[in-house]
Formats: sequence, structure tokens, C-alpha cells
Amino acid sequence: MTLDIAFAGIVNGLMSGGIYVLVAVGLTLIYGVLHIINFAHGSMLMLAMYGVYYLFKPPLGVDPYVALPILVAGSFAFGYVLYRGLIGRFSHGKDENILLITLGLSIIADNAALFFFTGDTQTIDVAWAGRFVEVGPALIPMPKLVSFVASLALCAALGLFMAFSDTGKAIRAVAKERQGARLVGIDVENIFAISYGIGIACLGAAACLLMPFFYVSPSSGHAFVLVAFTIVVLGGMGSFAGALVGGLLIGIVESLGGLQFGEQLGQIGIPLVFILILLFRPVGLFGSR
Amino acid sequence: MRSRFGLLCAAGLVAALVYPLLFGGPVALLWRSNYAVNTGFLILFVAFIGQSWNIAGGFAGQTSFGHVVFFGTGAYVSTILHVTYGWNPWLAWPLAAAAGALVGWMIAVLSFRAGLKGSYFALITLAFAEVFRILANSVPITRGGLGMLIKADPRPENFQFRDAISFYYLALALCVLSIGIAWWLTRSRFGARLAAIRENEDAAMALGIDVFREKVRVLALSGAMCAAGGTVYAQKYLYIDPVIAFGVDKSVEMLLVSMVGGAGTIFGPLVGAGVLHIVGEVTRDLGNLVPGVKNAQPLALIVYGAILILIVRYLPDGLTSMFVRRGRAPRNG
Repeated sequence: MTLDIAFAGIVNGLMSGGIYVLVAVGLTLIYGVLHIINFAHGSMLMLAMYGVYYLFKPPLGVDPYVALPILVAGSFAFGYVLYRGLIGRFSHGKDENILLITLGLSIIADNAALFFFTGDTQTIDVAWAGRFVEVGPALIPMPKLVSFVASLALCAALGLFMAFSDTGKAIRAVAKERQGARLVGIDVENIFAISYGIGIACLGAAACLLMPFFYVSPSSGHAFVLVAFTIVVLGGMGSFAGALVGGLLIGIVESLGGLQFGEQLGQIGIPLVFILILLFRPVGLFGSR
Repeated sequence: MRSRFGLLCAAGLVAALVYPLLFGGPVALLWRSNYAVNTGFLILFVAFIGQSWNIAGGFAGQTSFGHVVFFGTGAYVSTILHVTYGWNPWLAWPLAAAAGALVGWMIAVLSFRAGLKGSYFALITLAFAEVFRILANSVPITRGGLGMLIKADPRPENFQFRDAISFYYLALALCVLSIGIAWWLTRSRFGARLAAIRENEDAAMALGIDVFREKVRVLALSGAMCAAGGTVYAQKYLYIDPVIAFGVDKSVEMLLVSMVGGAGTIFGPLVGAGVLHIVGEVTRDLGNLVPGVKNAQPLALIVYGAILILIVRYLPDGLTSMFVRRGRAPRNG
């Protein structure tokens, strides 16, 4: 691997990493506040990607970037209702149980997609998708660059929201000290549902940014779920900064792994990192227990 | 009560023994020939690999999301020995089981040394299965994504049979054996220690149980059983590839039949396999009746997902708990 190729690989990995950050931030938020592992995270991203696809297709013809607010609002509502109606009733038992519930949800989502949308791989063609930006020896496809910048901007916006808004403060209070939050009059169940909704809303945004350069099929969710978990354990469960650094790192690991070991064997990097982190540093880079 | 239950088991066994003769013999000529026998095979086979999950996930409480790692190991070890090195598959079979035990031992030592529990253990098994799938997809010895074909040569000494009935009886024998192992777990000190670990690991440790050693043992046992199933699968269908051998679907299937039938019960996986098979068939048939439905298979899986959620919510000890009153206290959560 020459230096130029490695550089291009790193730049490309960073670009993919941006999207991963957005996906993982949702997962880590849900974990940090609710202490549940949302195994359906990938499947919900897949559903959101189909949402973008069908909005783009005639007769609607909505550009994926224009669709972003729609998807974010829709995903938030979906997550909120799902938590209130189903997940919230389970979230205080054994942690394997909630994992099994969300596994059940992902089975339902994946197969509902297979049933309604068929197993075909779907892509959308936006006019400007073929444009490239030159960064040194690396060529970056325009939609990837947009997704990277927008992902990080959205994460920053979420960070500001968490830091300064009343709701954000309440979420952090609940995450730190449930009982105490309840005692000072915070509606904890509502905060749980809002947090879950925000976690899913991140997926809605990620779907809009992904679709211009990626594809969707009913099994897309499965492809993303382990990536998202790996980032979250790498960064430390529940840590925002961890998700940010973890996402970018995993993007680079994936890209360089693919370059060095080829398309097939290169995929091994992600589950391997996941295993190694859990075995040797289960608190992750930024987590503490 | 006890003897009546024994009688019921004996009656069930006799029915299972006679079943292929009734539906596979003369009747089969009039009806869809091997359909009934193959259905029986599938239920018994899934019950067997489900029981291997149940021994770790149910009896010892170590929920795994990647049990297929053992299944695939067994399938690949025996197939590589047979196809590439010319071993007799009967001889390769115990080696496949040993390889499954070894992988189980390895995963258990690594994970339990690191203190992984609950969801973290479940997720790391999933990651191990992914690592194995990617390896099987890329290394030459497994022929990558092309998969491995076993040459059809239907002779009993070759672990291939001309008729479906032989595989049915093999699956029946394995299923009965696995139920025997599960029964032994309810009677033996080993099983009692596992139950203690499942209910409260700290308390088990305080009682002087070597929690780590018992968990490693149970995972090796479970891995050996599941790997033995992998070999049977490969010999029955004469083909394996990385997705069949290490895909997430089989992991979910094993977990599902045990959870639905009753995790930690002797007959849970068998009941679960039977019920889910029937539910799946009925869903597909109903789906096909609806005009415009081309592929009703996903419908069955949607129903499975819904059943899993309902079981965890309302019947955490599975369907068998509706009929059998058990001595132990209800689980928390």
C-alpha cells in the first residue's frame, strides 16, 4: 500500500465514519439514558432508508436532502410511539429480555421490508451524485462529503441541544440519576420516550445522507447493526465523544481493512475490533464504570 | 403424576418411531411422498440444535446470539475432512463435535475471563459468528463464497441415505439423546450448579461454585452438540456455504425454538420447534391464499418475531410452562 493510497483510504474512511457517528450517537444516547441495547437499531435505519427511497421515487420526487426534516420528524414520532407502546413496558427487567424484544422487532422489520419492498437492492440517482471533490491524492464523491459535514453538524447540534435546552438537561439528569430526576419533578417516562425518539431521529437523518451514495435492501439493517455496536463499545457505552471518535476510527479501520485484505476478508476488522474491545477494554476509549 | 408423565413420554416416542412408517410408507405413495418425513426430520433436527442452545442459554442462563458459530464449525470441519482429505464422514463426525467443543471452550474462556455477562455475552457470540462467517468466505480451505459440495454417494457407510426415513431416525435419535442430556442436567449436581449460576451468579460464587469453570464446561458441551448437528445438516443437504453455516438466521432459529417452547426446560426446544413449524406452515398457506402475495415466507418470520416478543413479555418460561407446574420460583423481570 503506497502512501497515496493509504491517504485516500483514510480520507474515504473518515467520510464513511461521519455517517457511522450519526448512527452510533443514536444508539449510545438510547443506551446512556435507558440502559437498553437497541438491537433493532440497524433495522430501523433500513426502514428509514426505504422512507427516503419512496419519498424520492415518483410521484413524490422529494430530494433526499429536502426530505431530511420530514424523516427526522417522522423517525422521532415513530421512536417515541414505539417506546411508549412497546419497549417502555420491558425496559426495566433483565437486560437480555430487552435485547430479545428488540431482536424480535428487528426480525419483524426486516421481514416486513422483504414482504412489502421485495429483496431487491434499491438505489436513488440524484443529478449531482457523480461530482467529485479533490483532496490531495484522494477523490471524494460529493454526496459523501456532504454526508460527512452534515453528520458532524447534526451531532454538534444535538450536543448543543443536550447541553443547553431544558429537555436536554432533563435527559442528562435522567441518565445520571433516575430517582433524583423523578424527585425534582421530571416526567421520567416521557424523557425515556423522547430519548428513544431522538435516537431513532438520528437514523432518519443518517438515512437521508446515506441514500445518495448507498443502497438499501431488507438486509441493510443487519449490515449496520454490528458496526453501530462496535463504535459504541469502542467509544464507551453512553459516551457522545466516544461515539464521535469511535465512528471515525471504525470508518478508517473498515476502509484500510478493505484496501489491505480485500473486499471479503477486509470486513473482518469490525467484528474483530468489537471482540477485542469487549475482551480487553470493555469500558471503551472514553467510558468509565 | 410422575408415572403418567413417563407414560406420555413413552407414547410420544412410540408415535415418533411409527410416524414415518405410517406417513412415509404406503400412504406416501398416495400423498406428497417425502413431505411428511422431511417435516418430521426438520422439527426433530431443529429441536436438537435448539436443545444445544437451551443447555447454555436456558439451563445455564448464558444467552447467545451467535450459536451458529458451533453449527458452522461442525459442518465445515466434517465436510473439509471428508471432501478435501477423503475421510469417512462417520469418522469426521466426532472430530467435528470436538471442534465445536473447542470453539465453545475458547469463546467461553475469553468472554468469561473478561467478565462478560448478559447482553454483552450475547453480542460477543454474534461477533464471533461474524468473524467465522467472514473467514469461511475468504480462506481457500473452505472454498470461500462458492461453498462446498459433497459428492452424492448414497451409501449408509458413507453417511448418506437414499431414503428420507433414515435421516428422520437419525434426527430422532439425536433429539432423544439431547433430551436425555437436558434431563440429566435437571438431576445432576452439574445441572444444579448451572441453575444456581443462572439464578444468581454472585450467590452461586458465594456458595463455593467455580462459576467460571462451570460456564466454560457448559459452553463446550453445547458447542459439541451444535457442531454434531452441523455435520448432519451438511450430510443431509450435501452442500454448505458461509451464509448457511454461519449466518445469523440459524442462531435466531435455535434461540427462538428454545424461548418459545421454554428456555431451561427439557422439552422446550422440541415443543418450540413443533409449534413454530406448524405456525410457519399455516402462515405461509394463509399468505398464499391472499391474492397478489408472491412470497409468503417473510410473513412466517414476521409472526415468529411477534411470537418472540409476546413470549418474553407474557410467558418468559415458554409454552411448556403453561402445562407443567415447576418447582422453582418465577424469574425476575
